[in-house]
Amino acid sequence: MKQSFRLTLGCGLALLLTSGCRREMYEQPKDKPQSASDFFPDGAGSRPLVSNTIARGHLNQDEQFYTGKKGTNLIENIPIPVTRQLLERGRERYDIFCSVCHARTGDGNGMIPQRGFPQPNTFHRDSLRQAPAGHFYDVITHGHGVMYSYAQRVEPEDRWAITAYIRALQLSHDATLAEVPPSERARLEGGRP
Amino acid sequence: MPQIFRRRSNSVARASILGVVLLLGVGGWTLDAIWWSPHVTRVNVPIEQPVPFSHEHHYTGLGIDCRYCHTSVEKSSTAGIPPTYTCMTCHSQLYTDAPLLEPVRRSLITDTPLRWNKVNSVPDFVYFNHSIHVNKGIGCSTCHGPVNKMPLTWKANTLYMKWCLECHRNPAQFIRPREEVFNMGWLPPADQLAKGGELVEQYHVNTRQLTDCSMCHR
Repeated sequence: MKQSFRLTLGCGLALLLTSGCRREMYEQPKDKPQSASDFFPDGAGSRPLVSNTIARGHLNQDEQFYTGKKGTNLIENIPIPVTRQLLERGRERYDIFCSVCHARTGDGNGMIPQRGFPQPNTFHRDSLRQAPAGHFYDVITHGHGVMYSYAQRVEPEDRWAITAYIRALQLSHDATLAEVPPSERARLEGGRP
Repeated sequence: MPQIFRRRSNSVARASILGVVLLLGVGGWTLDAIWWSPHVTRVNVPIEQPVPFSHEHHYTGLGIDCRYCHTSVEKSSTAGIPPTYTCMTCHSQLYTDAPLLEPVRRSLITDTPLRWNKVNSVPDFVYFNHSIHVNKGIGCSTCHGPVNKMPLTWKANTLYMKWCLECHRNPAQFIRPREEVFNMGWLPPADQLAKGGELVEQYHVNTRQLTDCSMCHR
């Protein structure tokens, strides 16, 4: 009897040893995206791509879709079907990434140029109206003048969506009232002061 | 043999019982107050950063969308802290001499990332995913608070499990239309619970699974 009591007490005390205040579950020896790491010499948990390799799903064989060019020539038309959905997506992405400089209307008078950034060209000048679709894709991908590349921020398909939306902005900019469908026209006219 | 206890001992005993109860009460209350205070939760405490970045200026002042910098928030578990290249998209031309921005310029020149200090973090056993939240109508401000009014960034909520569960038990209280997710000024309508209930249905939020342990812990 006395022995079993001792055994129980011993086990109970041993159990206490297993509990602790360490935070190993809180701070596990793993790296989360963008976390610091003391394992790699540069201190970054996220690793750069290994040179001369292609990440899974990024073979990007479709030259026209991924470069906006055929050989060295910019392609004339958007290489994917332009649907209403693509245009809506283009508007959303344009408003996020482009409108800060190019303005929601495309005239180039966005908030950032208003604060002193060199003002970009309006999309409504002839040279840009006649520019091939590949030009816009190429500029988004590689930048242009003081404009940095947006390749890391805007996916290839979204670049085409933005291109399509720029075309829509160009088309609608100089449209006359007569070109507006009757149903929409009433709404426009009703909106007059 | 004399009595060990005097008559007075009865009162002392009663008083000490009361004392212990009071001590436990006050002690418990104090511990609780400390536990939920900003000293422990870090809520509403601006975090020191290598560059005093202002969300208020960039979002409210300039009208830059959250996703301009936090590009992966719609498709990844993490919203993404922007690379220095994103900052320099504008700051290669604006405030080019500002001493405050020296660490940013140096970061680009030396190709060394800025080391921002994390404001919101969850323990490593929590598998939080931004994309599922924003795609199901949970707005930035629901968790991050009025970031559009933060000159320096602070945490707006404890991110304790208790807090997560407030929404996971009944998301209709907080869910909003998808197109309002990135609108920091959005306010819930008067009939939020009814509208929220409809959105929960519409976005196929499976409320029966939301409180499963394995939803967040793996």
